[in-house]
Amino acid sequence: MSISSGSAWVNKSASGMARYNLFRRVNWGRLGVIAVPGLWLGIFFFIPFLVVFKISLSESAIAVPPYSAMFEWNLEDAYATFKLNFGNYLYLIEDDFYLDAYISSVKIAAVSTFFTLLVGFPIAYLIARSKPSLRVVLLSLVILPFWTSFLLRVYAWMGFLKKNGIVNEFLLSTGIIDQPLIMLQTDFAVYIGIVYTYLPFMILPLYTALEKMDLTLLEAAEDLGSRPYQSFFLITLPLAIPGVIAGCLLVFIPAVGEFVIPALLGGSDTLMIGRVLWDEFFLNRDWPMASAVAIVMLVVLVLPIMLIRNAQGKEEVHS
Amino acid sequence: MSPKKLGLVAALALTLSTAVVAEEKVLNIYNWSDYINPEAIAQFEQETGIKVNYDVYDSNEVLEAKLMSGSTGYDLVVPTGSFLERHVKAGIYAEIDRSKLTNYGNIDSVLAEKISRHDADNKHNVPYAWGTIGLGYNEAMVKKRLGDMPLDTLDLIFKPEVAAKLADCGIGLLDSPAEVMSIALNYLGLDPNSEKKSDLKKATELIKSARSSYKYFHSGQYISDLANGEVCVALGYNGDILQAQSRAEEAGQGNVIGYSIPKEGTLVWFDLLAIPADAPHPDAAHQFIDFVLKAETAAAISNYVYYAVANTAAEPLLLDEVRNNPGIYPSNEVKAKLFTQNAHAAKYDRLLTRAWSNIKTGR
Repeated sequence: MSISSGSAWVNKSASGMARYNLFRRVNWGRLGVIAVPGLWLGIFFFIPFLVVFKISLSESAIAVPPYSAMFEWNLEDAYATFKLNFGNYLYLIEDDFYLDAYISSVKIAAVSTFFTLLVGFPIAYLIARSKPSLRVVLLSLVILPFWTSFLLRVYAWMGFLKKNGIVNEFLLSTGIIDQPLIMLQTDFAVYIGIVYTYLPFMILPLYTALEKMDLTLLEAAEDLGSRPYQSFFLITLPLAIPGVIAGCLLVFIPAVGEFVIPALLGGSDTLMIGRVLWDEFFLNRDWPMASAVAIVMLVVLVLPIMLIRNAQGKEEVHS
Repeated sequence: MSPKKLGLVAALALTLSTAVVAEEKVLNIYNWSDYINPEAIAQFEQETGIKVNYDVYDSNEVLEAKLMSGSTGYDLVVPTGSFLERHVKAGIYAEIDRSKLTNYGNIDSVLAEKISRHDADNKHNVPYAWGTIGLGYNEAMVKKRLGDMPLDTLDLIFKPEVAAKLADCGIGLLDSPAEVMSIALNYLGLDPNSEKKSDLKKATELIKSARSSYKYFHSGQYISDLANGEVCVALGYNGDILQAQSRAEEAGQGNVIGYSIPKEGTLVWFDLLAIPADAPHPDAAHQFIDFVLKAETAAAISNYVYYAVANTAAEPLLLDEVRNNPGIYPSNEVKAKLFTQNAHAAKYDRLLTRAWSNIKTGR
């Protein structure tokens, strides 16, 4: 008894010490700052995600809302049921159509990300290397299109690309072509739409990376006999890699799930997962299946990307 | 329904009926875009002192998704028949109280009979407008390629060798799997409402055989495209094609657009006024329905939107160009060949959507 009470006394003191240390170790200011985005993510990402996940485990029904309840209870007969339906996920795996759609979306997103990088890099480079006073102007020119509705700008592209649109009229009048080119309702138009729409998301991180680069490194390379193109590939490009990765992710992730651009500019044969999701939701009225498609897209595509990104962040901290 | 639930419903109904007494003078309407004569709303507001909030949608699917999530706040919506059929099953609508409708007798009883396929005794709906799906064409462009072939036939889009001749000037089809598929089934001489896998396969093969000649599947694009000469044939809604016709006239580029109801028969659809069960202002909704059923209002709407109304009393008040337009009010002979589309089982919808993706993407 005395021993146990003695050890209790010892423990008490130790835990008190631990609490004291913990209290000192916690950086309350930092916690407060992290709590804001954490809360935001919780409310606007995590909770909706759980809701969608819950729906994906139910069955569709002709009712309001149009899916079966997960919990059911009956007070008179005193029973409660808890039902999970994994059928939607099984169906996703069984049917190649969804795999095709995922692959096709990834392909379209990857190709457009590549071209966005190709177009965005020189622009970001130019802005970063121009006079500081001019930079502000150039940067605001990049951001300016955001002031107009995205939908309107996509419609403007329809005007450019259609059969008797501006591009064809110009090419016909200059005699470069004698038959109008079919550009609208093709994958080509989708690529143009995505590259155009997401270009600022590529330019801004690239610009930040290029702008903070130490220019004396280039001078040193030149002194050591490096030609400009060598300096570019050996110094500028490697230093811009974090910007390249950030820009590519900012373009690639939303492009995979893009719905509006392929719907307006793409042809009927442009298969993208956003469209499949729409069909499940609106044509089949199968909210559970649509939810499953969305969850799988998130898990298969976004999660690995986030993990890679996370690992990279840690590496950077270590080095 | 368990006694407990019944009690709840009764309590709800009670609060609702007391609410009706004190109903504020507001009416929230959710209708298709460009589907009413704006003067009709102004007139209604003036007559009743009810403020109308008027929102629009452009597809049944969007309306349905909202209704299925519940508590839309709308008092009056205008779904198409096959959609209403499913909504009634889901218990979305309140019953129409005919004692509040003094003009109910104006409804065309022959059409009401057809509509009752979607809703037994038409308990939950009042017809708003109706129309057909048919062929819109650019006369000059099509004649140049096909010569003197008659244009009131689905051969234009379903016969591969004919469609191929039109591919260069452009063919557009509605992006509406259920409707287009039923027209294809009917063209093949099969039951347009068939849910047989083998029939679906035949119709899919038919559309696929001419697929390479189609420019796109889209449910709204063809209006401006027909008017501008971007496409020369479109399978679309009659009112939309007539709209393209008048736009082409206004543009004055010499494009003349025609509309034909295919001789093989086609789908007739009905857009129906319905009151959601949780509508906050059901009284005002009934007043509006009664207003729309008035001969003058119905005629004003039909004259403006170029769609037919199922209102016998309105007929003498229609403009000649509307009443005598076979694209809007077809002859009885043509009417006999029109079929309605039922709501499909969920399983069939899934097959249908897949077949449709298959047609569109070529996979």
